[in-house]
Amino acid sequence: MIQTPDATSLHDKMNVVDLDVFYGNFQAIKKGNLAVPDHRVMALIGPSGCGKSTFIRALNRMHDLTPGARVEGTITLDGTDIYAPDIDPVTVRHRIGMVFQRPNPFPKSIFENVVYGPKIHGEKNAKRLLEIAEKSLRAAALWDEVKDRLNRSALDLSGGQQQRLCIARVLAVEPEVILMDEPASALDPIATSKIEDLIGELKKKYTVIIVTHSMQQAARISDFTTFFLLGELIEVGTTSDIFTRPKDKRTEDYITGRYG
Amino acid sequence: MVGVRANKAHRDERFALIVLVTCSGIFVVAIALILGFLAFSGTRLFFHDHVSPFEFLFSTNWDGLGGHFGAAPFIVGSLIATGFAILVGGPLGVAIGVFFSELAPKRVADAMKPAIEVLVGIPSVVYGWLGLTVLVPLIGSIFHTGGDGLLAAGIVLSIMILPTVISLSEDALRVVPDSMREGSAALGATRWETISRVLVPSAKSGLAVAVILGIARAIGETLAVQLVLGNAPVFVTSLLRPASALTSEIVMDMGDAPDGTAFQHALFSMAFLLLLIAMGLILLIRFALRKRT
Ligand SMILES: Nc1ncnc2c1ncn2[C@@H]1O[C@H](COP(=O)(O)OP(=O)(O)OP(=O)(O)O)[C@@H](O)[C@H]1O
Ligand SMILES: [Mg+2]
Repeated sequence: MIQTPDATSLHDKMNVVDLDVFYGNFQAIKKGNLAVPDHRVMALIGPSGCGKSTFIRALNRMHDLTPGARVEGTITLDGTDIYAPDIDPVTVRHRIGMVFQRPNPFPKSIFENVVYGPKIHGEKNAKRLLEIAEKSLRAAALWDEVKDRLNRSALDLSGGQQQRLCIARVLAVEPEVILMDEPASALDPIATSKIEDLIGELKKKYTVIIVTHSMQQAARISDFTTFFLLGELIEVGTTSDIFTRPKDKRTEDYITGRYG
Repeated sequence: MVGVRANKAHRDERFALIVLVTCSGIFVVAIALILGFLAFSGTRLFFHDHVSPFEFLFSTNWDGLGGHFGAAPFIVGSLIATGFAILVGGPLGVAIGVFFSELAPKRVADAMKPAIEVLVGIPSVVYGWLGLTVLVPLIGSIFHTGGDGLLAAGIVLSIMILPTVISLSEDALRVVPDSMREGSAALGATRWETISRVLVPSAKSGLAVAVILGIARAIGETLAVQLVLGNAPVFVTSLLRPASALTSEIVMDMGDAPDGTAFQHALFSMAFLLLLIAMGLILLIRFALRKRT
């Protein structure tokens, strides 16, 4: 099992043990092991098709929605197996939020998007919902841009604003872990840097796991980095170790650009 | 060389444009002619034969040969039969469409899809015939009546529009991108919450089209209605008594109404009214949807 260096002093928020993920007969993740430290940013990097999305989607049971996908192994959140038969995947996803590669706001107003989660989890008080909306939008650095048009359709926002809205929507349900699958890949550099700044803020309150295609981005925002190749977790370490003194030859080849 | 090619492409494009404009032009003119003809023929009763529109709409006295043109029994009959079909067949069809798109195992849904599409194409006489031989006797034996009437017509129409509504609702939901389902699930929503709060609202214009086409099919339906309605040109007093509808009455009286008579003009007025009711219902639904967004 790969140990996370320097993590001994940190509490592990999530633990992945011997994870296999299959699509039909195709095995997309092979015996994946990872400890995710609490209140840190963990970056997942690797070439296209190596299984980063497959891995991160296993962490909040998103594969339950994919016909033909099968998950084996153990994933724990604060020591509890999230795939145990008595665990409701809905409560798992309540505690582990997810932001997707393409912004996917609902075709509703900005306000309705943010309070969607709190509403389904039982919050009815209009004043309270407004407070939640403001707090979440502020935390997602979007409040000032939308405060005068909360009732306008979320689809009228720019791509970068939509993605921050999707982040606000996740923050509104107050998860403990936030998964992000290339949240900035569809955005321009300015929108990207806003999202990156935001991630730096988020780790104060949340544990963040982020897939990224950009090594510079991983270097800028993450504390730990995991390198994936062909469905295997090759190496885990502090981000500075991975980028300056990788232990595995394959990691080094990737970092130095030999895989493209 | 390049210039010649570009020129040719340009010419092809012009040609395609001319064909498209001509086709849509012919279509628009044909529709306008039909509407114009119906509007003209449908109002002759009032302008030429000087029957008051008020009598036509509200009188229950229908005696074409005797010169009484109260179409109220048929108007009400059509509205009740169609309304019944919308209220029963509409929600039921949407619910079944949602079920096939979101809840049924994929294999079941895939197997059902062609079956439902076949049902859409079944001629209405088949529904009417089944209604007459199965449903009417059944209603008759339950309520100790003749069995024919608006209840039978409403049920037959509901069943008849179901495949249309199911099939189109299912399509409307399937085109909602999976990112909506995932986005909702990732916030801790149950499947049911995702369906009711995200998917159905996202698909609502498609679902409206499904119901509108169901209505269009129901309001214009003639044969199936005629077979189970009993065709008594009297005002509705009970869903279990023989009644009549605009469509079925036009067919019943067509042969008896000589060209150019007020009787024939009254039948045209009924056809025109059918068109107006259908348009009104469609506008109503569009308007209701517009207001909510
Ligand atoms: N729903 C699916 N059904 C079958 N195979 C899939 C499915 N999703 C992904 N795969 C396959 O699993 C492997 C890993 O895919 P995954 O999307 O996890 O890669 P990734 O690392 O996220 O790539 P990218 O960087 O391009 O997003 C790929 O070979 C892919 O073709
Ligand atoms: Mg991916």
